[in-house]
Amino acid sequence: MAPVKFQDVRKSFGSTEVLHGITVDIDEGQFVVLVGPSGCGKSTLLRMLAGLENITSGEIVIGDRVVNALPPKERDIAMVFQNYALYPHITVGENMGFSLSLKGVAKSEIEDRVRPAAEILGLSHLLDRYPRQLSGGQRQRVAMGRAIVRDPQVFLFDEPLSNLDAKLRVSMRTEIKNLHQRLATTTVYVTHDQIEAMTMADKIVVMHDGIVEQVGDPLELYDRPANLFVAGFIGSPAMNLLSGRMDPDDRSIFVTTGGLRLPVGDPGRAAPGRDLVYGVRPEGIHLGGDVPIRIEVVEPTGSETYVVGHLVESPVTCVFRDRIRQKPGEELMVSIDPATVHVFDADSGERLSS
Amino acid sequence: MARPGLIARFVGSRNGLGFLFMLPAAVFLLCFLTYPLGLGVWLGFTDTTIGRPGIFIGLENYIWLSDDPVFWLSVFNTLLYTTVASVLKFVLGLWLALILNERLPMKNLFRAIILLPWVVPTVLSALAFWWIYDSQFSIISWVLMKWGWIDAPINFLGDPGMARASVIAANVWRGIPFVAISLLAGLQTIPQSLNEAAALDGATSWQRFRRITLPLLTPIIAVVMTFSVLFTFTDFQLIYVLTRGGPVNATHLMATLSFQRAIPGGQLGEGAAIAVAMIPFLLAAILFSFFGLQRRKWQQGGGD
Ligand SMILES: Nc1ncnc2c1ncn2[C@@H]1O[C@H](COP(=O)(O)OP(=O)(O)OP(=O)(O)O)[C@@H](O)[C@H]1O
Ligand SMILES: [Mg+2]
Repeated sequence: MAPVKFQDVRKSFGSTEVLHGITVDIDEGQFVVLVGPSGCGKSTLLRMLAGLENITSGEIVIGDRVVNALPPKERDIAMVFQNYALYPHITVGENMGFSLSLKGVAKSEIEDRVRPAAEILGLSHLLDRYPRQLSGGQRQRVAMGRAIVRDPQVFLFDEPLSNLDAKLRVSMRTEIKNLHQRLATTTVYVTHDQIEAMTMADKIVVMHDGIVEQVGDPLELYDRPANLFVAGFIGSPAMNLLSGRMDPDDRSIFVTTGGLRLPVGDPGRAAPGRDLVYGVRPEGIHLGGDVPIRIEVVEPTGSETYVVGHLVESPVTCVFRDRIRQKPGEELMVSIDPATVHVFDADSGERLSS
Repeated sequence: MARPGLIARFVGSRNGLGFLFMLPAAVFLLCFLTYPLGLGVWLGFTDTTIGRPGIFIGLENYIWLSDDPVFWLSVFNTLLYTTVASVLKFVLGLWLALILNERLPMKNLFRAIILLPWVVPTVLSALAFWWIYDSQFSIISWVLMKWGWIDAPINFLGDPGMARASVIAANVWRGIPFVAISLLAGLQTIPQSLNEAAALDGATSWQRFRRITLPLLTPIIAVVMTFSVLFTFTDFQLIYVLTRGGPVNATHLMATLSFQRAIPGGQLGEGAAIAVAMIPFLLAAILFSFFGLQRRKWQQGGGD
């Protein structure tokens, strides 16, 4: 267990810089999720931490050591790869004990350390199989087992669940989270799935195009996104974003480009006359009121109903706990809870509400 | 309902139909592969000479050969040649493949260059080596003399020990590309992430080679080395151009001896017998690789 620090870390492949100065602090024992769209540099950052890519500039600190120049084997880090990277020519048990056998640890002791790890992951009956003879979920667990046996300073996961089916993904999510609570090892977990990020993280780092957009705990990111990118990225279905300006006379009213007047609870630094973006989450919209939505699609899930429609010219999504009787093409009257409204600057994307 | 005729049933059954489709290929194999081989084996049991059809003499050729020191020398030479050349080709080829598998600039150019010795006709490269090994104009002797390491030109092909080393060197030079490029293809099937995982697990580069690369490469090594051994064992052109088996039969291989006895010497029966004597060795090599090539347990999917 050790804290990890990224200090203005940059990475270039040839002449193209793909990470533009990443600074993140990770506390001892924390579960940190790096999330962001494909190609934003999550894997690259993780591989730099592992020592699989060199660091162009900046510093990476594990514990109290700057590890920039240390080879992977001296960093005491275990990584679970997206494709699991199990050694195909040795059995599950040997895979899990591989790092120990490299160090020349006696066979009996390796077994003593592999057994409890296998127990935790429910792999005890599979120890003599070869990786080929396992299902995807079992391989995933072996990869985790290999990491656990190491008892490293830091665990790294690179999209470990992306090859699993939806149901298994949900159960493995819980399993990984449980494991972390049990071992309390500092963990860095990469995913592009924001639901995974929200459900698992102590702290989320949202990345985009090689920069950090926001760092915070999941609800902080959800409730107070620092900019338009985070607002659009975190949350499913995504936040509704409408462009327009503040009413010059009334700071509690936002006028959309379509001329619709919507309530704002906290305009913050929003200045009249500037191009702004009005953000409201689907569940910030309630049934009944004076705002008309033209329904396009109604998606009942049982517990909730999703309605996709248009607020004048802007597409919006709403989630209601009630069932909706209206049909596509009809109008639905709703109201917006002003307390859940966010205002952003249209040019810089910056959050203006406090 | 009438029973279908025998032929109709035969054609209708799965195996029967399969047999019909295989027939042309089987006939082809029989005519063009087995006939020359069978003729060769038959010749070995006769006293045929060029210009005179022979009669069956049973094992006489073989009995005669078993008392022939030149024949036994050629067996020894062949085994020595095959063993030393194959081991060298394997070690150097693997080493080259490992280097070429690293990220290095102009990788494709290097790969193309490596292939050159394999692409050039053997006779051409053999002629080149003949010139390189020339007792007076050898470039190697010339360079070594310039540097002052030796006083007189080396007699590469004139001295028995030297001649053996020289033909082996030429064979290794020619055979390396095949081994190196095949092993390189094999190396590229090993996912990079396995090496990365091993590095994170604390493996040194030697441990990564020993515990990951080598075991994952063994199936391909087995195939490549089987072919390499077969090619080397049956080598003829290089020796024939460079030494014709000399000096004093020191570099005669079974293949060259067989040819020499059969065609220039006219003793077709005896030459054929020598060639047939190669078959047990080749079969042994093939069997060895057959068992070496059996899919290993870890390569089999499913089941326990
Ligand atoms: N070896 C490389 N050479 C050149 N460019 C690279 C290399 N590896 C990654 N990149 C570039 O760096 C950027 C970040 O890649 P990275 O793999 O870190 O993305 P990611 O966030 O993990 O995406 P994904 O979610 O798709 O895995 C991409 O634009 C990619 O093209
Ligand atoms: Mg990635």
